[in-house]
Amino acid sequence: MILDGKCPTGPIEKTWDKHRFDLKLVNPANKRKYKVIVVGTGLAGGAAAASLGELGYQVEAFCYQDSPRRAHSIAAQGGINAAKAYPNDGDSIYRLFYDTIKGGDFRAREADVWRLAQVSNNIIDQCVAQGVPFARDYAGYLDNRSFGGAQVSRTFYARGQTGQQLLLGAYSALSRQIKAGTVKMYPRREMLDLVVVDGVAKGITVRNLITGELESYAADAVCLATGGYVNVFYLSTNAMGCSVTANWKAYRKGAFFANPCYTQIHPTCIPQAGDYQSKLTLMSESLRNDGRCWVPKKKEDLAKHPDQIPEEDRDYYLERKYPSFGNLAPRDIASRAAKEQCDDGRGVGPGGRGVYLDFSTSIGRVGENTIKERYGNLFEMYEKITDENAYKRPMRIYPAPHYAMGGLWVDYNLMSNIPGLFVLGEANFSVHGANRLGASALMQGLADGYFVIPYTIGGYLAGVKPGTVGTDNPEFKKSVEDVVSYRDKLLSVNGKKTVSEFMREVGHLMWENCGMARSKESLTDNLKKIPALKEEFWKNVKVTGTGAELNQDLENAGRTADFLEFAELLCTDALHREESCGGHFRVEHQTSDGEAMRDDENFCYVGAWEFKGDGKDPELHKEPLRFENVHLAVRSYK
Amino acid sequence: MSEHKTMTLTLNVWRQKGPNAPGKFETYTAKGITEHHSFLEMIDVVNEDLIKAGKDPIVFDHDCREGICGMCSQVINGVPHGGQERTTVCQLHMRKFKDGDTIYIEPWRAAAFPILKDLIVDRSAYDTITQAGGYTSCHTGGVPDGNALLVPKGVADYAMDAAECIGCGACAAGCPNSSAMLFTSAKVAQLAVLPQGQAEAKKRVTSMVDAMQECGFGNCSNHYECQAVCPKGINVKFIAKLNREYLKAQF
Repeated sequence: MILDGKCPTGPIEKTWDKHRFDLKLVNPANKRKYKVIVVGTGLAGGAAAASLGELGYQVEAFCYQDSPRRAHSIAAQGGINAAKAYPNDGDSIYRLFYDTIKGGDFRAREADVWRLAQVSNNIIDQCVAQGVPFARDYAGYLDNRSFGGAQVSRTFYARGQTGQQLLLGAYSALSRQIKAGTVKMYPRREMLDLVVVDGVAKGITVRNLITGELESYAADAVCLATGGYVNVFYLSTNAMGCSVTANWKAYRKGAFFANPCYTQIHPTCIPQAGDYQSKLTLMSESLRNDGRCWVPKKKEDLAKHPDQIPEEDRDYYLERKYPSFGNLAPRDIASRAAKEQCDDGRGVGPGGRGVYLDFSTSIGRVGENTIKERYGNLFEMYEKITDENAYKRPMRIYPAPHYAMGGLWVDYNLMSNIPGLFVLGEANFSVHGANRLGASALMQGLADGYFVIPYTIGGYLAGVKPGTVGTDNPEFKKSVEDVVSYRDKLLSVNGKKTVSEFMREVGHLMWENCGMARSKESLTDNLKKIPALKEEFWKNVKVTGTGAELNQDLENAGRTADFLEFAELLCTDALHREESCGGHFRVEHQTSDGEAMRDDENFCYVGAWEFKGDGKDPELHKEPLRFENVHLAVRSYK
Repeated sequence: MSEHKTMTLTLNVWRQKGPNAPGKFETYTAKGITEHHSFLEMIDVVNEDLIKAGKDPIVFDHDCREGICGMCSQVINGVPHGGQERTTVCQLHMRKFKDGDTIYIEPWRAAAFPILKDLIVDRSAYDTITQAGGYTSCHTGGVPDGNALLVPKGVADYAMDAAECIGCGACAAGCPNSSAMLFTSAKVAQLAVLPQGQAEAKKRVTSMVDAMQECGFGNCSNHYECQAVCPKGINVKFIAKLNREYLKAQF
């Protein structure tokens, strides 16, 4: 099937305004008759629930954490982009649009990206109005810094905790609506099924994580804002509870999964220290404003203290390879460059898996206090984890899985191919193409939540009669029965291996064979090993306790089972995409100097997969991408 | 991976099956722990052993494991988050302990945070306090340009110092009165100094303080334990600010 993203046509700068006018409206008195479910309360979900509640819809919001304030958006450190052009350095909506399309290696839709760039400015205003304490200069104006993949300063920030402050802004707006009674909040609930009635999304089945009870909720539309799936690599910068489960359940009910192979490996994370480790910690990309990446030129210097390696024996490889962007090369490029140095045997620290991020030049230029003011909390976090003082000794960093550009397929209205199912934020695939630029995840989450879904959901609901399906519909009962039998199956295996042993194994396979570099051979290998591991899981996993209680082992088992299925789809997608683009690097497709080589003739499309049943191959659908404003070109940061 | 010397520790962990069940300490041994394990990774190791032995693992709240989500909440040897300055449990590393140590692990203890199971408590009271007024009542859209109201750096920094609160609940758990004053004051102070929050300052402080009392938290009697255990180092000066704002709101 050829998919249609239903993008508006005509001059790009008019597309969103025209579309907004063309969308049907639900009149204020009728809005309260419609019920909308929002799953996930990060930037996208929290902002959507608050904004839809304020408009007058009856909103029910769900999250697995104990409070909507804890979603993993909170961990974003560096900043949020907007095309305000306050520094007078040549920025514009068009430039942000251009940088994002190019940064995504020409694998995103133009109209979606234009809209993102256009509403980016509204987001900053909205957050300021909420009391988000963005960094300001002494005169009181908003301050900016630079991020990778851009030659202008357009990143707004709140120390090293921008995600936290933006999320608390959305949480405060959500809290206001909860108090007003327009949003009913259900924390500590995990979505375990999407209920589809006559082909239309009408509700969800969730597990109450405290009591273990399964609960049904019906609505006129369901919004998933359930984040990304890079915990499929086991070790990642995601929170422990981040999973593919909600998206996967929707996929199994017919929603198409788009571009799962586009995963972002973030260049600056604290290297792994041991096998026991449960997660990796990001060091914000903003550090590359003041930090310089290097490795020793000579292998015999590897054992030396970095101070003892003279300047002429250091290889500032990003500055050498990409002189015009230097240390601010985009993430995919910076990550691959770090890997290249380590593969060459010049990596530092345990296992030779690390490069230096050195602040001494900047400390010399602006002083330690300024650096402390800019990144103090990051240096503190680094010291807690590694017991090293980065003011005195360069940080050691290494790439780690961080973000999923792929996600459920949505059209321009953020609606999936299942009518009534909307997907927001990282959970959808829409704007980042094959590589996301720094400081644009926060932008997308809030754009979708505050400024897109409040308009586009109206266009859908205006054509739907409210409240036609309730939880008494047999599909809800069937959904609960399916979830119960799946849960009981997990509990009844009673094997010998723990859930985390399986998760570590699948994560290891994914990192080694489908991580920063992929080949036909490695992917084919995974497509043999992962199904075998899945089979072993269902014969030999040990899950303790019962379903009718707070049971974290059972929660993890369910998420791992879904990751085992999803890993196979990710590898299938990576195998089919015979090109390198952005975060998807196929070793067979590279230039002589090791850069990614796209194949626009054959792969300039969104690959969206349809579930056809267990044991059957998924079916690939394509949405061709057209570039009418930013011309397809080889991406260069040299 | 490099080899590390390992430690063996004795853990006394609070186990409680449900809100109304009696709880008690159970003793476990944590083996093969290195200085690089985080405290939660140490518990992961114990839990793996428990699962393999067919026993119920210790349940505890945790999520981001990088000190920002505010989910983790354990009292370690009598101190919320374990006593390392400005550190959540998830960022506490085992290099702070030594081989042979005995460690006591308990949930938050405060009447307004009822225990749900083992080390997990119900902290929804903090959401209730926020819902009472921890926001500016701006609508989505229709707000002025971000630079329309200037906020001098000193004011923005003060607001940010307060806004760093992660809502973990350690302040109330560490306070002999189970007071939530530090948590409440951080939000009140942040929004009281910013021009965007000033229009509603009086109403906000009154409703948030009322909500705090209705939730069953005690009052502040200046022990400063809250600041000592706060993983973000939120300063008690914000409590003084809260009191001033509260007084101002009475006139």
